[in-house]
Amino acid sequence: MIVKIEVNSKVIKAQKGETIMSALKANGIKIPSICSMKDFTPTGACRMCVVEVEGSQGLVPSCSQPVNEWMKIKTHSPQVIKARKTIVELLLSNHPDDCLYCVRNGSCELQALAEELNVRERRIMGRKNKYKLDHSSPSIVRDPSKCILCGRCVRVCDEKLSVFAIDFVNRGNRTIIGTAYNKDLNFSSCINCGQCIMVCPTAALFEKDSLPELEDALHNPEKTVLVQYAPSVGVTLAEEFGVKPGKDISGLINAVLKKIGFERIFDTSFAADISVMEMTSELLARKNKKENMPLLTSCCPAWVKYVEQLYPDLLPFLSNTKSPQQILGSVLKSYYPEISGIAAGSIYSVAVAPCTAKKFEAQREEMTKKGISEVDLVLTTRELAKLIKLYGIDMNQIEPEIADDPYGMRSSAGKLFGVSGGVTEAVIRTMPHVSGAREPSRVKYQELRGGKGKKEAEIRIGKTTYRFAVVSGLSNVLPLLEDIKAGKCEYDFVEVMACMGGCINGGGQPVGSDENAVKARMKALYSIDEREIIRFSHKNPKVNELYNNHLGGLPGEKCKSLFHTTYSARKVLL
Amino acid sequence: MDYQTSAILAKYPRGQSDCLIPILQDIQEEYGYLSETAVVEVGRHLDLPSSKIFGLATFYNQFRFEPRGRFHVSLCHGTSCNVAAAPEILRELEKILKIRPGETTRDGMFSLEILACMGACHLAPLIRVNDNYHTKLDPGSIGDIIDSYITGEE
Ligand code: SF4
Ligand code: SF4
Ligand code: FES
Repeated sequence: MIVKIEVNSKVIKAQKGETIMSALKANGIKIPSICSMKDFTPTGACRMCVVEVEGSQGLVPSCSQPVNEWMKIKTHSPQVIKARKTIVELLLSNHPDDCLYCVRNGSCELQALAEELNVRERRIMGRKNKYKLDHSSPSIVRDPSKCILCGRCVRVCDEKLSVFAIDFVNRGNRTIIGTAYNKDLNFSSCINCGQCIMVCPTAALFEKDSLPELEDALHNPEKTVLVQYAPSVGVTLAEEFGVKPGKDISGLINAVLKKIGFERIFDTSFAADISVMEMTSELLARKNKKENMPLLTSCCPAWVKYVEQLYPDLLPFLSNTKSPQQILGSVLKSYYPEISGIAAGSIYSVAVAPCTAKKFEAQREEMTKKGISEVDLVLTTRELAKLIKLYGIDMNQIEPEIADDPYGMRSSAGKLFGVSGGVTEAVIRTMPHVSGAREPSRVKYQELRGGKGKKEAEIRIGKTTYRFAVVSGLSNVLPLLEDIKAGKCEYDFVEVMACMGGCINGGGQPVGSDENAVKARMKALYSIDEREIIRFSHKNPKVNELYNNHLGGLPGEKCKSLFHTTYSARKVLL
Repeated sequence: MDYQTSAILAKYPRGQSDCLIPILQDIQEEYGYLSETAVVEVGRHLDLPSSKIFGLATFYNQFRFEPRGRFHVSLCHGTSCNVAAAPEILRELEKILKIRPGETTRDGMFSLEILACMGACHLAPLIRVNDNYHTKLDPGSIGDIIDSYITGEE
């Protein structure tokens, strides 16, 4: 139902029941906000969004107050501006003054608010917050002194991930965001997904900086630095250079990485193709033996950690195929030296991922051989953008190039790993090939696409019907896990990604990415698939070459040691 | 599971999160503080993550998360003590012991807590160390009092 409200002496239309803020937004009036987030019930905690409502006592938070017929609202009266300004001044009063050195300089919401409200002098002196940096996690750094206590990180961690790693601790001016017993993040239940970084308005949360270590490697004459980058990075990086979301610049990325000094540029999607081959045979074998069904995917390291700490009983259900990043890492340090002539000991292997949990994954003990990591260093999409700027490369002045042989070759099925549902679609495409059944007539599985938290499909391959489920946003997986525990789960294959929508919305992507950006990246990946000739992992000639020349066909002992792993229960403070 | 934690938990229905505070109070009463294990047990009983329990418990001044020290120092924070020199005494204690209320020194010797009025307003300001009262205090004398416990121990 439509109602009329009066805003700044002008009548506008609003939907009954919607909040004042959303009605104003629909009418082109922007209200500053801090604590409210799309898709979360507003709490009205920060009061940044207050407006004047005739007849109300005091100012009203517009993010949580619904509109009423003929409500009279003033959005920018002197009283309103003063209140908002004071909030910003108070937030700044105990905030460190080191903007120039801050990782979020230029992308900080507090800076933006101060600018918007024209706060240009320090009127309120507060005691500066001083806390020690929490560097414990391989993925995420916490700097509580920069925290403005908006609570957005807590809500994402609780409501989208159901991890509950952090909460408000203490009260009054000693309040911080912390873990249970103020443990360092690495000893908490945090799964390193980085979704908290994505919503933090300041630099209270950011990824572990890997650039200095990379610089050392790049300038070390004894090292040969190889790099792979994940499918989502290709369709996202352009945004960091002001291009609107949804543009695939993989060609430019190849060129830029060369310029920076990486010896060889490979595509993680190549390894995704291998992972499809391995997972598919795993699935068929288990289905045959009716053992540990459903098969749960394990390419998301945040999800794997979640199972290890909260559902150790379900570990046997996880696929033991490594993630594409680790598969390529393992190929680069085992087989690649043989064919390239590069000494194994000199290889320094870098991965660019849309994800902070991949940093954690790369340093897991299971992902090392005799103390040597398969992947030495992981950069996020954001860090790659920084690296490019650091090298002074003008993205508009370079020509696209192709990735290097042989692991630059990929099917578009491998590319789909970047989006929730893509892994499943790729596996379905390859199942007939591995099982010896007739090819199904479809390539596209619409029912597994789109932004829903849970999607499913039922597909007949040969004489057998398989049931697939796809879940993204960890909170959505809980009912399913309880079903598996109770022996009531009817799926054969369940794809899980911790981040909502999959890796395209990973915690290493540009901060503050909105839903439209994520949709555009998704579309970009699907359109790569539309245009591609090789759309099946098993039709990637380089994958077949690797299997035939080196691994003696599909699964064998060699594949096991290179491409498979095991996980084990993990004790953290839950 | 610790026998006594389980005995406490048995008194409260499972999954009922409004019992949280009473349960924590019972545990603290029994052990003097809330241990990690206890909080995890409580979490399992009420289906609450430990971060949420810790977050809520730290909101209240009454809970401790470390065992008490050999000498437990309670500072009265009632109105009279506050008007007298309680805030200065607190600062002094924090400085000498290098801990905040709710904490215990590393060597396990001292722990500190703030209490609401201890009911001895005519003797304000005052602290209690285990069972000994030190009354009508002058902030300058805190060092000597603490020292006397350290030497008494040697
Ligand atoms: S990284 Fe993910 S799991 Fe860890 S605190 Fe942030 S949101 Fe929670
Ligand atoms: S860490 Fe960031 S998101 Fe979390 S409360 Fe602080 S400012 Fe907000
Ligand atoms: S944005 Fe409305 S109260 Fe915080």
